[in-house]
Amino acid sequence: MTDLTSLTIAAARDKLKSREISALDLTESYLKAIEAANGALNAYVAVTPEKALAMAKASDARLAEGKGGALEGIPLGVKDLFATEGVHTQACSHILDGFKPNYESTVTDKLWAEGAVMLGKLNMDEFAMGSSNESSYYGPAVNPWKAEGSDEKLVPGGSSGGSAAAVAAHLCAGATATDTGGSIRQPAAFTGTVGIKPTYGRCSRFGIVAYASSLDQAGPIARDVRDAAILLKSMAGVDKRDTTSVDLPVPDYEAALGQSLKGMKIGIPKEYRLDGMSEEIETLWAQGVEWLKDAGAEVVEISLPHTKYALPAYYIVAPAEASSNLARYDGVRYGLRVEGRDIADMYEKTRAAGFGKEVQRRIMIGTYVLSAGYYDAYYLKAQKVRTLIKRDFEDAFHAGVDAILAPITPSSAFAIGDKELAADPVKMYLQDVFTITLNMAGLPGISVPAGLDRKGLPLGLQLIGKPFEEETLFKTAHVMEKAAGTFSPKAWW
Amino acid sequence: MSVDLATVKRVARLSRIAVTDEEAGRMMGELNGILGFVEQLSEVNVSGVEPMTSVTPITMRRRADAVTDGDKAAAVVANAPATDQNFFLVPKVVE
Repeated sequence: MTDLTSLTIAAARDKLKSREISALDLTESYLKAIEAANGALNAYVAVTPEKALAMAKASDARLAEGKGGALEGIPLGVKDLFATEGVHTQACSHILDGFKPNYESTVTDKLWAEGAVMLGKLNMDEFAMGSSNESSYYGPAVNPWKAEGSDEKLVPGGSSGGSAAAVAAHLCAGATATDTGGSIRQPAAFTGTVGIKPTYGRCSRFGIVAYASSLDQAGPIARDVRDAAILLKSMAGVDKRDTTSVDLPVPDYEAALGQSLKGMKIGIPKEYRLDGMSEEIETLWAQGVEWLKDAGAEVVEISLPHTKYALPAYYIVAPAEASSNLARYDGVRYGLRVEGRDIADMYEKTRAAGFGKEVQRRIMIGTYVLSAGYYDAYYLKAQKVRTLIKRDFEDAFHAGVDAILAPITPSSAFAIGDKELAADPVKMYLQDVFTITLNMAGLPGISVPAGLDRKGLPLGLQLIGKPFEEETLFKTAHVMEKAAGTFSPKAWW
Repeated sequence: MSVDLATVKRVARLSRIAVTDEEAGRMMGELNGILGFVEQLSEVNVSGVEPMTSVTPITMRRRADAVTDGDKAAAVVANAPATDQNFFLVPKVVE
């Protein structure tokens, strides 16, 4: 018998429908795989076997009656940022110790309504702040990929590092993730998986622990483009509890796969060609261009002149919003509390003990840029730059470009505890130089595995689309996936 | 612009994060590194540019001004570290 965990969502869905396999067997296979691997990979911070088995049995009952939703019996992992009723929801922070919400996030609620099975909660950078999963209170998730001939442990990227690691190592069929500055696409690129950050407003943010509310957006990480399309269809949609969610019909993304690229115009932004960019990334990017040309698309060079200002603007806007959003963690309403001599002392001690270094740093930056006398110079300026960044994209789209092809990361996955990156926060921030622009503009972006570097580690390419045109991204990504193939790590765990 | 040690301590106080002198010193270096990095925005000419308030051109939805939820006091305080009869408990704030 083949290992059930090797099935994609699309394959498992068909076998479940035809009753060739049962949801219970499928779920049990994943629980066994998690038990065997999680000690080494640290992808899950909480596993929910009882809930998973109960949900799987209920799926089997529905399937036996010929009923069942779009994801009936499909076992998924959930990033620790999503509120899951009665289950560990701590944004991988010490300050949310013991927090078990008595409500469910809209995105996970929709997945369960379609019959998906919850395996547990996935590791992440604390409050989604990081690009390596190393800021998690629970320690870093480990990339299932290793460089050829090396035993060094690599980061799975971040912040959705646990989601990406679990998907790549087949510890879930697919996972939820979130992307504020690259947190879906960069981990997907580091692990050879597919991740899509949809347009801002496509998925409800209700019940997702807030980091930077004007940038945060949920999306899936999956093994291939088809699975990502299947998951996004069930996650997306308007929600009266999130006024920024957009009331547009959710298309059948899977139906877009296989459509022709003839007549499409793909933009190549010249500002993404950075000085000192690795030759491998450049070669891969050129390869991507060839694949799209072969499929009938026209490729044109475009200019997005404000690209280099996206990262500095982000490090004003995101910390500013974070400093406000994270004010709620005060030792009173939930989580950790450290007693003090008075209420202010209690707040200060609780937040000093409960937040990790990176979170404290961003709260401090945010507080500073919003403080009296600095607001105009920093925050207002950054919001104006954001308008210019968005205008760059709009100009390209008005000129007839349908989608933009760009790199995702400056390199393949780096080592856990990389000294150079740990010593300088700004160096770590530069990890997101290619991903952050589209968060600032609210646009959708998909990360597709495109090849392996000379160390044998996965590299990805990114497609950026017009607002609410995720279908274009899926059909284009599907063409690239067919040309590049799919990539799986050799199991060592 | 850069911050000195006194400013770091003031911002920590505003952020309600307790810091030791040693931590404040470390943070000063890090914050100045980040502020130095974002300084490049001064190159951008933003005269006449509107600040972004929303990435998508949406109008806020309205609903009737009516109670739609409530009577969940026990659920609201369920995760609090210290409660008494559905009240949050905090250290004494008035003498």
